[in-house]
Amino acid sequence: MIFRSDPACLDTGFSGVYHRRSALMLDISSHDIVLIGGGGAGLRAAIAISETAPNLSVAVVSKVYPMRSHTVAAEGGAAGVHLAEDSLDEHAYDTISGGDWLCDQDAVEAFVKEAPLELMRLEHWGCPWSRDPNGRIAVRPFGGMKKTRTWFAADKTGFHMLHTLFQTSLKYDAVTRYDEYFATRLLVDDGRVQGVVALELTTGKIQAITAKAVILCTGGCGRVFRFTTNAAIKTGDGMALAYRAGAPLKDMEFVQYHPTGLPFTGILITEAARAEGGHLLNKDGYRYLQDYNLGTPEPQPVLRSMELGPRDRLSQAFVHEQEKGRTVEGPYGPVVNLDLRHLGAKTINEKLPFVRELCLKYEHIDPISQMIPVRPVVHYMMGGVHTDLNGATPMKGLYAAGETACVSINGANRLGSNSLPELLVFGARAGSAAAAYAAEQKPPGRHLLAQALDEEARLQDQFLRKTGGREPIADLREEMQKIMENCAGIYRSGDSLSGAAGKLQELQDRFRDIRLDDRGHVFNTELISALELSCMLDVAETIAECAMRRTESRGAHQRTDYPARDDEKFLAHSLTYRGADGRPRVEYAPVTITRWPPAERVYGR
Amino acid sequence: MANRITIEVARYHPAHDEKPGFDTYEVPLRKEWVVLDALNYIKDHLDGTLSFRWSCRMGVCGSCGMTVNGVPKLTCATFLSDYAPGPVRVEPLKNFPVLRDLVVDTSDFLVKLGKSKPWIIRKVEKPLDEEYLQTPEELDAYKQYSMCINCMLCYAACPVYGLDPLFSGPAAIALAQRYNLDSRDQGANQRLDILSQHDGIWGCTFVGECTQVCPKNVDPAGAIQQYKLTATTEWLKALVLPRGGT
Ligand SMILES: Cc1cc2nc3c(=O)[nH]c(=O)nc-3n(C[C@H](O)[C@H](O)[C@H](O)COP(=O)(O)OP(=O)(O)OC[C@H]3O[C@@H](n4cnc5c(N)ncnc54)[C@H](O)[C@@H]3O)c2cc1C
Ligand code: SF4
Ligand code: FES
Repeated sequence: MIFRSDPACLDTGFSGVYHRRSALMLDISSHDIVLIGGGGAGLRAAIAISETAPNLSVAVVSKVYPMRSHTVAAEGGAAGVHLAEDSLDEHAYDTISGGDWLCDQDAVEAFVKEAPLELMRLEHWGCPWSRDPNGRIAVRPFGGMKKTRTWFAADKTGFHMLHTLFQTSLKYDAVTRYDEYFATRLLVDDGRVQGVVALELTTGKIQAITAKAVILCTGGCGRVFRFTTNAAIKTGDGMALAYRAGAPLKDMEFVQYHPTGLPFTGILITEAARAEGGHLLNKDGYRYLQDYNLGTPEPQPVLRSMELGPRDRLSQAFVHEQEKGRTVEGPYGPVVNLDLRHLGAKTINEKLPFVRELCLKYEHIDPISQMIPVRPVVHYMMGGVHTDLNGATPMKGLYAAGETACVSINGANRLGSNSLPELLVFGARAGSAAAAYAAEQKPPGRHLLAQALDEEARLQDQFLRKTGGREPIADLREEMQKIMENCAGIYRSGDSLSGAAGKLQELQDRFRDIRLDDRGHVFNTELISALELSCMLDVAETIAECAMRRTESRGAHQRTDYPARDDEKFLAHSLTYRGADGRPRVEYAPVTITRWPPAERVYGR
Repeated sequence: MANRITIEVARYHPAHDEKPGFDTYEVPLRKEWVVLDALNYIKDHLDGTLSFRWSCRMGVCGSCGMTVNGVPKLTCATFLSDYAPGPVRVEPLKNFPVLRDLVVDTSDFLVKLGKSKPWIIRKVEKPLDEEYLQTPEELDAYKQYSMCINCMLCYAACPVYGLDPLFSGPAAIALAQRYNLDSRDQGANQRLDILSQHDGIWGCTFVGECTQVCPKNVDPAGAIQQYKLTATTEWLKALVLPRGGT
């Protein structure tokens, strides 16, 4: 690293301090375990390894500094049974019915049992959880939950969890960070995943990092859609890396729309706003959710009812209101209003300060005195890299945790506040399992170097040295996002999806003719955008393909041509593999049912 | 409102530029656009070689700090229309080595952050089925300092850091103080040496540029003043109890 004391420092009279530097090319390093991703799941896994196997060396590779990861944006809270009147079984039942019975119930049982312990561990590490007047952890209601069990740190829960994890991780010397390294490929030898190739952003250097096990914690892929709550970095890279290496992606057709995003930016207004008592109103000021089998309106929030129903049902209700002409026409399309005014300034300032800050800043409205215009927005991927209860994928040496993984606790629709504790529970499990596996393995094989060189050549040939490309990155990206939004949104049909599949294939072809203006090595963000786009295209294809094959409606996957749930055929997980022709190939695997046989989802009663 | 605005962006590529320079672009002026939207417009439609960092676009990840018309700002939370009719000048954050264009090297902060031991230190830990009680008042004692998003605007504004890169700097001190003030923590004396070893903390004046630019109202200047007080008290304690009470 070059610091200011460096004699090469240029005195230019400009704002900033300048150096000249040139690029290195290939470098190799070795660790016992390499983690890709420094968000909530990745950091929890890193700490788990350091605590259970302090002799193992751990690498955390992240394309942004870990505290910039998108866990930072989570607002509402993290669910874990806390009050005496609550029980693990009730949390499990809410989760399973919320997921329209597509959850693996053994995974859910492990999850609800370990979530409170993990949240308490974070308390011990300093997370500033909101408290009741006696100093005990406070909990708030959340959508689809029959009991009050969501821990929160005002409405910046993810921010505080991520910074607590990151700051705590700094105390472990065995953790080496590769900050601002972009992983481009998994190294596989002898059927075992044994490392990763990454591009160092600051220099353009290719780094081959070999390891006995790799854990993917790369987060979701909301950016595949145009209108999303997700940050720019959520481009499904880990899903694509696993898929390309031969691991299957599970349940990719299930994409969660959150009912309350700000128009234009897509910035999220947390469900906590409704948990504190906010109302959703159509253009006539009517609490329209009562028309959609979600209960009857009461002045106070009622658990598992109305505004505290599950996200899939609320987003679908919006579409029906729109069809009935009862939404409000805004400059960025139809919206409904989220009304918090009756909560009063005190509650809003204490419990929802960030909501107010975001509304003031980005909408120039004050929720204390004005209603917030909102509309459904792509938010979360229920699907991801297929893993077992310990984060192990079917490929030896490859583990996954967090939003990029699918252990199947979320089924066809995740409940709000189940993802943050999922990061902790399954991050920790994947970390410990990978540590146990790595302890048994021989050092990585020698073929890996050839693969790393191969990857270096690919990046050079496809991007940096390529001449004459014509397709601008931004154009392809926008087209992909439009296709996904129009064809694979809240409601889909066989026709729309097969159209999407065809168009995505065209985009894949056009991607080969991609145009890059930036051939530099240092901080080439254009190259990164191209690599992210190629990941998104792969992920988008898997979504369209398995959505097309699932001819039923379940949770967040609603088919206009197959409006009913079909347990006979589709009480099953889709597993999407990359076929020899590069196209997705879908298989199915059974859902694990332990104690809760499939039933009707009932809300508001 | 005119429908376009001129934006001057500092450009520098270490492999082929002797010196930084400015490129000028014209972008649409839309009322809902922040400066970051303009930069993305340039990158997507005018010049793919422009480099800058961003991610959350909602003022919470801390990636997008730059100098806008001379002042350190989060570009995702700074509206273009506030600078109409323009031109708007966007430069990298001051006081940091520039890697390229608008991207600065902030790794120095991470080293300093690690040294200030920003984690809970206790002699004995409670078992996991027990929580540490913390009243809302005890939470309020440190809450403000826990709001830091590590955006580095305060370092860019800090006159002491500008002259003396060894200074821990506003955010690292605010975060050390965040743990010192946490009722669960017993590590204040361990954080003392590292932060006050260097003169920096005593060199800090009351000017408070850091606090003025902080987008999250962390008040790092307040933390530094408090820190001096804690440091003095801890020293006094150390004198009275040489084996280090907490
Ligand atoms: C606005 C918003 C609010 C939310 N609120 C809540 C809530 O209140 N409660 C709840 O339970 N859930 C919430 N969620 C969901 C939850 O926050 C996310 O699912 C979760 O934080 C994802 O964490 P993660 O660790 O899996 O990934 P992330 O935090 O997204 O981290 C991904 C990591 O992978 C790295 N990475 C990715 N690709 C690469 C690559 N190619 N090379 C190197 N590194 C790479 C990134 O740098 C990053 O460090 C919310 C989500 C959003 C978008
Ligand atoms: S103290 Fe404020 S300005 Fe400084 S890094 Fe933290 S949030 Fe940014
Ligand atoms: S992009 Fe995250 S703070 Fe601006």
